Amino acid sequence: MANSFDVIVVGGGPAGYVAAIRAAQLGLATAVVERDKLGGVCVNIGCIPTKALLASASLVMAVRDAAEFGVTAEGVKTDYRVAMTRSRRVSEQNSKGVEFLMKKNKITVVKGTGVLLPGRRVQVGSDIYEARRGVVLATGSRVKGLPQAGLALNGTTVLSSDEALFLDHAPPSLAIIGAGAVGMEFADIFNAFGTRVTIIEALPRVLPLEDAESSEALTRSYRKRKIEIVTGATVSRTVVETASVTLDVTPTGGTPRTVEAAAVLVATGRAPNSDGLPEAGVELTDRGFVKVNQYLETTAPGVYAIGDVAGPPMLAHKGSREGINAVERIAGLEPHPIRYDNVPNVTYCSPEVASIGLTEAQAKERGLAYSVGRFPFSANGRARTSGETEGFVKVIRDTKYGEIVGAHIVGSRASELIHELVVARENEYTVEEVELAIHAHPTLSEAVAEAALDSLGRVIHL
Amino acid sequence: MPVKVFMEALSPTMEEGRVVKWHRHAGDSVRAGETLAEIETDKAIMELVARADGVLTNVSAAEGTTVPVGREIAAIAVPGEEPGSPSSPPPSPPAPSLPVDRAAAPSEAVRSPAPAPERSPQPLSTEAPPGARARVRASPLARRIAQEAGVDLKVVSGSGPGGRVVRRDLDKAREAPLSPPPPSRPVTLGAGALPATPAPLAPEGGYEDVPLTQMRKVIVQRLAASLGPIPHFFLTVEVDMERAMEARAALNARRTPEDRVSVNDIVLKATAAALTRHRACNAWFVGDHIRYWRDVHLGMAVAVEDGLITPVIRHADRKSLAEIGNEAKALAERARARRLQPAEYTGATFSVSNLGMFDIDQFGAVINPPEAGILAVGSVLAKPAVVDGQVVPRQRLRTTLSCDHRVIDGASGAAFLKTLKEMLENPLAML
Repeated sequence: MANSFDVIVVGGGPAGYVAAIRAAQLGLATAVVERDKLGGVCVNIGCIPTKALLASASLVMAVRDAAEFGVTAEGVKTDYRVAMTRSRRVSEQNSKGVEFLMKKNKITVVKGTGVLLPGRRVQVGSDIYEARRGVVLATGSRVKGLPQAGLALNGTTVLSSDEALFLDHAPPSLAIIGAGAVGMEFADIFNAFGTRVTIIEALPRVLPLEDAESSEALTRSYRKRKIEIVTGATVSRTVVETASVTLDVTPTGGTPRTVEAAAVLVATGRAPNSDGLPEAGVELTDRGFVKVNQYLETTAPGVYAIGDVAGPPMLAHKGSREGINAVERIAGLEPHPIRYDNVPNVTYCSPEVASIGLTEAQAKERGLAYSVGRFPFSANGRARTSGETEGFVKVIRDTKYGEIVGAHIVGSRASELIHELVVARENEYTVEEVELAIHAHPTLSEAVAEAALDSLGRVIHL
Repeated sequence: MPVKVFMEALSPTMEEGRVVKWHRHAGDSVRAGETLAEIETDKAIMELVARADGVLTNVSAAEGTTVPVGREIAAIAVPGEEPGSPSSPPPSPPAPSLPVDRAAAPSEAVRSPAPAPERSPQPLSTEAPPGARARVRASPLARRIAQEAGVDLKVVSGSGPGGRVVRRDLDKAREAPLSPPPPSRPVTLGAGALPATPAPLAPEGGYEDVPLTQMRKVIVQRLAASLGPIPHFFLTVEVDMERAMEARAALNARRTPEDRVSVNDIVLKATAAALTRHRACNAWFVGDHIRYWRDVHLGMAVAVEDGLITPVIRHADRKSLAEIGNEAKALAERARARRLQPAEYTGATFSVSNLGMFDIDQFGAVINPPEAGILAVGSVLAKPAVVDGQVVPRQRLRTTLSCDHRVIDGASGAAFLKTLKEMLENPLAML
């Protein structure tokens, strides 16, 4: 029967397409339903194009500082439209890449919006597809405005990341509400292209989920670049006009002030795409995510949920891992349980911020006996050669067993450096094992080993 | 069904345990992981913890009574159940959730007819040096936790990649009993099976009957197992300690009283160093083969109230004098407080016994099998000695090596002592 598959994945983003590939590897007849482009938000309007724009931003800053390195670049001009066009091209290539992977793995791609029906069936248009083994919901999430604060998305002056990625110019001024990863990355991009940026965050510090020291380091760096940061702030009044937005902002304990900008970017979080699922017997949590158990099973038999729609953290790499696990379970394997306490967090602004495990505040809250090791990149030879001396590596070590309780990196390559500690934690290496591994000299990675040593009271280069 | 509370094997060699004190009493509600009672094993006082939430009932072992391992001593009624209902159906063997290693143990015992293998001190698997038979796959973190908690990783089934033991497994192992009580045990070891010995006629006069403590029973067992079957021989050497004592005085002048280096620390350090050059003395006799250890795990006899115990300084050959000193002190304190974990007193490759503080000039120590040697250390005394043709007073130390002749021959024992003597007489060579 043409419309019958072993596994039907609804949604072709980083959770869904990875699930489909793993299913195909396991010999299951697999279909992916996608209403837009393969690769989902990540590839098309998320991770990938923002990183392309951040690469442009970082180049702008590098060229500005080039004289010190003996390179004079005169008459440097920036053109956001060109940067944006390049980012689109990169996304396009990646989406094509996913299409190729589907073909290579003989996965059927069904174009259209999937609607879950009871009994492991999915309707796309007027066709009904049946899954013999399981349906995997990977429908993802979408941007949301702040209508309750008078900031419903309008595509011109009240923007989400979806629109910000397609602007053909950098606005003269931009207010960003929400200092999470999305807000901080766009602040970096637009600041580099000449926009006057004001970040407004309700919680007391930027990147509120990161270690306080990381937030502090990033705040200092941004303020040096003339990015304005208002934390602990509530937006009390908003006036949205055709070419400008006015926000009344009150920081806790501070004096109320008015922020005027050509546009406001709302970056306060995303909403799961879970509409219509309860009708098919899939229960949701009170926040609208699909309710899943530890095996990613929903309340509907034979229906699994993965990625953003299955709950936070809403990260592509977490969704991909869930996709692999859900499909392996469908195939009758016993995959390793996912360690949700070992999902790395990365913000790709300059300097980058990356972390794994607990923050120091969380370690304290849990009453752990710990020691902290720190190593600043200003003391790292390689960082000095490239002038990337901002930031540090911080390792939190449980003093009883030497466990790596958490690790936090701020620096130009933090997103890459963190993985040494992710591998270490996944394998339950202690701080001592990290330190024992010989780190090449000169590398930024030496800072990781030094921070490990510092947590043992034996730092060398400090 | 109430969850039964068994006398658990809280040390590797424990066959029975004495209930020292119940921390919870019948009718108390208990939570899994909570200490129910303190149990005196053959080595130390250990805690018996609850394996379930509920109400403690059917406490059948009074404080002070000794109960074989595997015997039911109480029950935990799960909330909602009738507490106190006797969990009477005769203990059908619980479904064995035994890890594979355990199940394979008997056949291994058949293959190597080692005498009473369960009584030989098993080295902690975390410390198993290359070449040890059973390598346990475990994460570094799990090894640390197991060592700390005195859990033998060999009896924990691993759920990590490739059956690796990870932290999660140890957390689970602490929630559930490590091993269900072997069904045959209550039959062979039950109180009813003990032969009723007629009380010997007591002579007139005052006397006191003191029952054997668990530790005394093990000492009896082990010493009889030693001098009997082991062909001992003894080698004694007198060492000039003049320079070592000078070095010690110089070191201690710069240390706080707690950090002072003792003569014993110096002897331990020198012994560990000498053993690395004389593997014949750093060995076990294991039935059909001799196991030469690559690492030195130094046992250190400690006198405790009513007995002795031999805590182990692991990797003593890689430790500095100060590290050995600190560790020896900490272990001795824990030994006297009877708080040593099994991992801390098993797996020595060689032992040192020192009676110098009792002004014993010289003695021979009894080998602690399967180890092949033990060094007996007397006191440092000023004695006349001939130096450069003159009789002068010198600080001298007599020490005796007891050797298991099946492993150590006269010449190899003497060679070890020669190295030891050279090191003690030239303390700088050790540093």
